Amino acid sequence: MTSEEIFDQLVPIITLYLPDDVSPDEIQLKSDLTGELNINSAHLVDIVLDVEDTFSIVFANEDMEQLHTVQDAITIIQKKITTK
Amino acid sequence: MQNKPRVVVTGLGVISPNGIGISNFTKSLFTGVSGVQFYQTLKDLHFSCQVGGVPFISEEKKLEYFTPLQLRNFNSNGILYGVLAGMEAIQNAGIVPPEKEEDPLWDLGIVFGVATSGVDKFRESIYQLDEGNVRRLGSTAVAQTMASGVSAYLSGMIGAGNSVTTNSAACATGTEAILLGYERIVAGKAKQMLCGSTGEDGPYIWGGFDAMKVTTYKHNDTPREASRPMSETASGFVPGSGAGALLLESLESAEARGATIYAEVLGGAVNSGGQRGEGSMTAPNSKAVIACIKAALQDANITGKEIDYINGHLTATTKDALEVENWCKALDRSGTDFPYINSLKGMVGHCLAASGSIEAVSTILQMQHDFVFPNVNCNDIHPEITNLIAASRIPRVKIDTKIQIAAKASFGFGDVNACVIFKKN
Repeated sequence: MTSEEIFDQLVPIITLYLPDDVSPDEIQLKSDLTGELNINSAHLVDIVLDVEDTFSIVFANEDMEQLHTVQDAITIIQKKITTK
Repeated sequence: MQNKPRVVVTGLGVISPNGIGISNFTKSLFTGVSGVQFYQTLKDLHFSCQVGGVPFISEEKKLEYFTPLQLRNFNSNGILYGVLAGMEAIQNAGIVPPEKEEDPLWDLGIVFGVATSGVDKFRESIYQLDEGNVRRLGSTAVAQTMASGVSAYLSGMIGAGNSVTTNSAACATGTEAILLGYERIVAGKAKQMLCGSTGEDGPYIWGGFDAMKVTTYKHNDTPREASRPMSETASGFVPGSGAGALLLESLESAEARGATIYAEVLGGAVNSGGQRGEGSMTAPNSKAVIACIKAALQDANITGKEIDYINGHLTATTKDALEVENWCKALDRSGTDFPYINSLKGMVGHCLAASGSIEAVSTILQMQHDFVFPNVNCNDIHPEITNLIAASRIPRVKIDTKIQIAAKASFGFGDVNACVIFKKN
């Protein structure tokens, strides 16, 4: 799966967790999920669960620590898919 | 206590099995509309009592106050009812929540009571956890199952900056919440308090009561006739659920902002029978009940003669006659001299932790609209009750009359009591 394909599937997942004043257009590869998109840090675990369901993968605690930006998510997902 | 600050009610909200919102609920009170229905789920689970009072909340109604994100994996109907009732009271009072970047409302607090919170969510979590999937619980399992969940959800929506808390006193919870808020305003520690209580529903809440055989098994085919407070054929209570909310405010604050005043809280009292004498975990100590009502009168600085109307606890168990006897002794009134008395439970069942607040809302609506709602399913008044008070004091049809002063009491497991006195504005 290409980065672009993963990104397209990530946007609707992330959108659900955006605060009212952040537009989905602001979701970019380099966007920091909590720092820039202002997603409540408690919701990161929910995003990960949604990502796991969408891509049929499982995040380890160490993966969670690496997750800051949208690009981080794509990198982790790609690694998980190829090693599956 | 001469200079005790006066406290008034400036907002009301309700989610009742027979009415969602104040307007629908008021209409149901006029004619005695029942909210009790048969539930197949209870039959399938072999419940003795297969009827209950459950408010129906549409998806549109949920989205009035909750975001789609908040509703994701949301499975706590007590928080749902409490938030809807609490938000109605806030809007009804004309309070505008601050924007996210603004300061909270430092003088507005919340005391919203529960008996349990998020039992359905907790059950869901237990199943996931026992299968080794603790990581799948998501981020809201705590917020939905903590006792203060309802206060916390409400606080986020209204920006309350004063004390935000939750009380729990079994079936006296709702009435106690009103008094806790009242006392905080009287103490000068808050200007506005959102007071209320919420009660969840479903088999996991009601099962324990079914096992105790305190609910009725005789009306599974006739649900609207099941809840029969003060009736000779009362055979146990009908479980119910929902939430009631009152915005209490200092008179000074209410007048300063030109708020509509529905009633004044003259005072009240809470106590416990200590499970001594005839009192136990499940039965009231009458001495304490009488003392609580008398203390409420004293706190309100009125006499028993001044009470025009009693909104009873009256659950439709064998204890109804004893409750009436206790009122007679506390007020020193009987026969035709007794105030009007009714029980909302004939229409909606016993909403447990929510009962006190929903019934307090019904009390204030009767004062506001000058009527006493009918005692539903009470055409055969128990003779032990007519030995104490005249049948004319137990209206079976709506009566149009002015209520100047009303007493609302609730009694709960653990032998706890609460009584609040309202005055018509």
